[in-house]
Amino acid sequence: GPGWGLLLALALVLGGLPRARGAEEPGAQGSIEGFQVVTFKWHHVQDPYIIALWILVASLAKIVFHLSHKVTSVVPESALLIVLGLALGGIVWAADHSASFTLTPTLFFFYLLPPIVLDAGYFMPNRLFFGNLGTILLYAVIGTVWNAATTGLSLYGVFLSGAMGDLNTGLLDFLLFGSLIAAVDPVAVLAVFEEVHVNEVLFIIVFGESLLNDAVTVVLYNVFESFVTLGGDNVTGVDCVKGIVSFFVVSLGGTLVGVIFAFLLSLVTRFTKHVRIIEPGFVFVISYLSYLTSEMLSLSAILAITFCGICCQKYVTANISEQSATTVRYTMKMLASGAETIIFMFLGISAVDPLIWTWNTAFVLLTLVFISVYRAIGVVLQTWVLNRYRMVQLEIIDQVVMSYGGLRGAVAYALVVLLDKNKVKEKNLFVSTTIIVVFFTVIFQGLTIKPLVQWLKVKRSEHREPKLNEKLHGRAFDHILSAIEDISGQIGHNYLRDKWSNFDRKFLSKVLMRRSAQKSRDRILNVFHELNLKDAISYVAEGERRGSLAFIRSPSTDNIVNVDFSTPRPSTVEASVSYLLRENVSAVCLDMQSLEQRRRSIRDTEDMVTHHTLQQYLYKPRQEYKHLYSRHELTPSEDEKQDKEIFHRTMRKRLESFKSAKLGINQNKKAAKLYKRERGQKRRNSSVPNGKLPVENPVHNFTIEERDLEFSDPEEMHIYQVEEMTGGIEFLAKVPQDTAIDSTAGIDNPVFSPDEDLGVLSRVPPWLSPEETVVPSQRARVQIPGSPGNFRRLTPIRLSTKSADSFLLADGDPAEARRPGPPESTHM
Amino acid sequence: QGALSSCLRKPRRDPPSFFPAVSQASLVRLHHRFRALDSNKKGYLCRMDLQQIGALAVNPLGDRIIDSFFPDGSHSVDFRGFARVLAHFRPVEDEGTGTWDPEEPEPLNSRMNKLRFAFQLYDLDRDGKISRHEMLQVLRLMVGVQVTEEQLESIADRTVQEADEDGDGAVSFLEFAKTLEKMNIEQKMSIRILK
Repeated sequence: GPGWGLLLALALVLGGLPRARGAEEPGAQGSIEGFQVVTFKWHHVQDPYIIALWILVASLAKIVFHLSHKVTSVVPESALLIVLGLALGGIVWAADHSASFTLTPTLFFFYLLPPIVLDAGYFMPNRLFFGNLGTILLYAVIGTVWNAATTGLSLYGVFLSGAMGDLNTGLLDFLLFGSLIAAVDPVAVLAVFEEVHVNEVLFIIVFGESLLNDAVTVVLYNVFESFVTLGGDNVTGVDCVKGIVSFFVVSLGGTLVGVIFAFLLSLVTRFTKHVRIIEPGFVFVISYLSYLTSEMLSLSAILAITFCGICCQKYVTANISEQSATTVRYTMKMLASGAETIIFMFLGISAVDPLIWTWNTAFVLLTLVFISVYRAIGVVLQTWVLNRYRMVQLEIIDQVVMSYGGLRGAVAYALVVLLDKNKVKEKNLFVSTTIIVVFFTVIFQGLTIKPLVQWLKVKRSEHREPKLNEKLHGRAFDHILSAIEDISGQIGHNYLRDKWSNFDRKFLSKVLMRRSAQKSRDRILNVFHELNLKDAISYVAEGERRGSLAFIRSPSTDNIVNVDFSTPRPSTVEASVSYLLRENVSAVCLDMQSLEQRRRSIRDTEDMVTHHTLQQYLYKPRQEYKHLYSRHELTPSEDEKQDKEIFHRTMRKRLESFKSAKLGINQNKKAAKLYKRERGQKRRNSSVPNGKLPVENPVHNFTIEERDLEFSDPEEMHIYQVEEMTGGIEFLAKVPQDTAIDSTAGIDNPVFSPDEDLGVLSRVPPWLSPEETVVPSQRARVQIPGSPGNFRRLTPIRLSTKSADSFLLADGDPAEARRPGPPESTHM
Repeated sequence: QGALSSCLRKPRRDPPSFFPAVSQASLVRLHHRFRALDSNKKGYLCRMDLQQIGALAVNPLGDRIIDSFFPDGSHSVDFRGFARVLAHFRPVEDEGTGTWDPEEPEPLNSRMNKLRFAFQLYDLDRDGKISRHEMLQVLRLMVGVQVTEEQLESIADRTVQEADEDGDGAVSFLEFAKTLEKMNIEQKMSIRILK
């Protein structure tokens, strides 16, 4: 396209610059005569100018790539960037005959890597990460050591056999090489995995492994490098022990530095109320300092900044203003995405330098074979062990993807470039081999992993047109299964996390969060709360006005009008073609496949439409739509929309069931009277069972009454609040709380203790962070007592926690509801 | 604690269908979960307890599944009932498909029982048939708001027609099972942890 021309032109400029500089310098010195209006001071701006130009080139390249969806959907961007880098490197070389621009370790480790890792940490899906921490650690530590050792030793073995010819190396050099080539690269892995839709567990394992194995790599690298320096003969057992100790120091130390800085950062953002405009800066500067600090202490810098991001995310988002939070998010994504782009491009450019190339076919090929084979073996062995302990088993297909997804990247390259040529005689061979390995894994494996995943998945499913029933029920089964998973608590409900969230609520949040943030809560949910409250309130008001609640019986659409329940109606924009297209693009590859299949076998267009509608608009089950982390995208809005819709619907239905239960009493005047009389009787003699109402268990009814009574006394109420109650009107809004608070349920019941324990609330929608409590908005709470129909009376009944039905029975009578003052108080 | 140990002891005495060979470890785990859900240590769960699970509120079939824990209008479910519902989702052992004693009732996690569980989520009036209306209700739950009511009705019609073999305008359980005979229900309706 036209973009390519532009890029080439820019590259030519870049290539030409060094020569221009050389040509222009003597001229600059010769012209000192008089004042000049305009001077050309290239050398003055040279360095920043070139940097800016490179960034521009890389960014333009991204635009160009994304002009064609076909290309980017097949070829991963990282591969495209490497190829582009090769091309640009070639141009620069042709123009300059020297490799002027390469990816230097300083540039990489100090400027390009930190934003990427910080981004990964800051947007880390914490729940999932910590839920799989054991697995991740095993792969990161044992897996990396295994890879390093086996690769190094095998290469050494082959070297001894003489297949590589004459090389000036020893065992330690091979082990050093093995250790730097062993680690899976966070940059490369994510660049590719983001485009392959794998399940969340698999994703987090590979992603987490690539981040955490840095500590191992750093230690192994340092240890073997110092061993090489010492010389093979001088290495003693003590040194080996020291190496092992240093692993713990480096990894735990790095983590600790990260946590400390995260604490600092959270604390600082607590007090930035009056300097909102520089708020986002703190996040970046302090995180960067954590990186530099641990680098200074020769600890694992990647671990430090990762954990800084992981630990601070919750408090920072709660503390800083919404605009600042958005700024942080976007800036972080921009930096990370930009850094990634530049890294891959420069990897390509760096390869164009004849000086570094030393070829040894046996060494290169064997390295490729060994890293692939040993990774596969390592994954299989570790998975075998892990599957005995894991709740969610890793299947064969997962293992294949994990083995195949072990991409190497710029970290390995930067480390190998760091080697000292005087100590490691075959540095150039190592460098060239690393480049080959990186290119092979990023380009070839990156290119083939998507088809591989698809093929593995598709292989299991039959190639045949699914019937409507199958489509509908199949999707229903997915939903059923994920609901059952939630109920049975498969998605990691554990003791440690409960403890932690308690600790967090009681201490950490109090220290690290603004008081206002401790109370702030999700905006979207507030809307829901208000809607629901409005609905309920106007419902009762309406009922009173008409003297009956019969209008509820009218069809649901009428109902909506009556109670002013504003359902989100489909807007025309959403139904437009562009919307459909967007859906199509984001659809998971397998859906596309089935679309194709259907096209072939469909009989008539009407059928096609029906199938298409179902395909398009059936709600997606959780695993399929939930994006975990993406370096290039923010907030998957589609998913939120789906969640909102369903949430709304669910809440409305729960409300409706509460209404219809209410109606059940009032539909029959006689029954209502009877009920009333019985209630009256019961007040006098509280042992008379209420047999006339089939919906309710008499015993329950009785308990409710008892509680009603007790609640008319404020002190009693306090007891209940502490004791058990979950509720009030909250029932309408009280969604989330994944029971993580099981042991404390009631204590932090926000309805009754509005000033306490709201610290866990953040702006994350409840379905995204189910362990957090959701409460009605302040306004809603204020409204409850003064609302029509004596809404307050709902509260005690709610508290009975029996069921929606029971709660309605207790204050079922609108006539009674009109009566002001505490209900049932006469009865005391 | 006592409740747990009694629950654990019971399987040996009870008919196997009550605790259908859910492994001891899973049972302990489930009981933990049960107590965690039981917000005020009542010893049983009511609808509210399950409605509190956040993810269920954004699951289109969430409330229907909650209802399935409370059959026949009951308002509470004890641990046994809880485990019994979940037992439908045990994976089917590969080797053990035909091993259960024909004298004993079919295990809850058999293909047919998994299907039956799903079927009763649709069949609200318990007449053994999914009527067009019931199908429509499910569709309303599961399809985004973009789809119009007419479209939904047409889809419901087609879906019922497709499965309906005897022409009574409704889908019986057998028809339901038949239309899904190619589907790998055993795998689709199983959770690995519930061994």
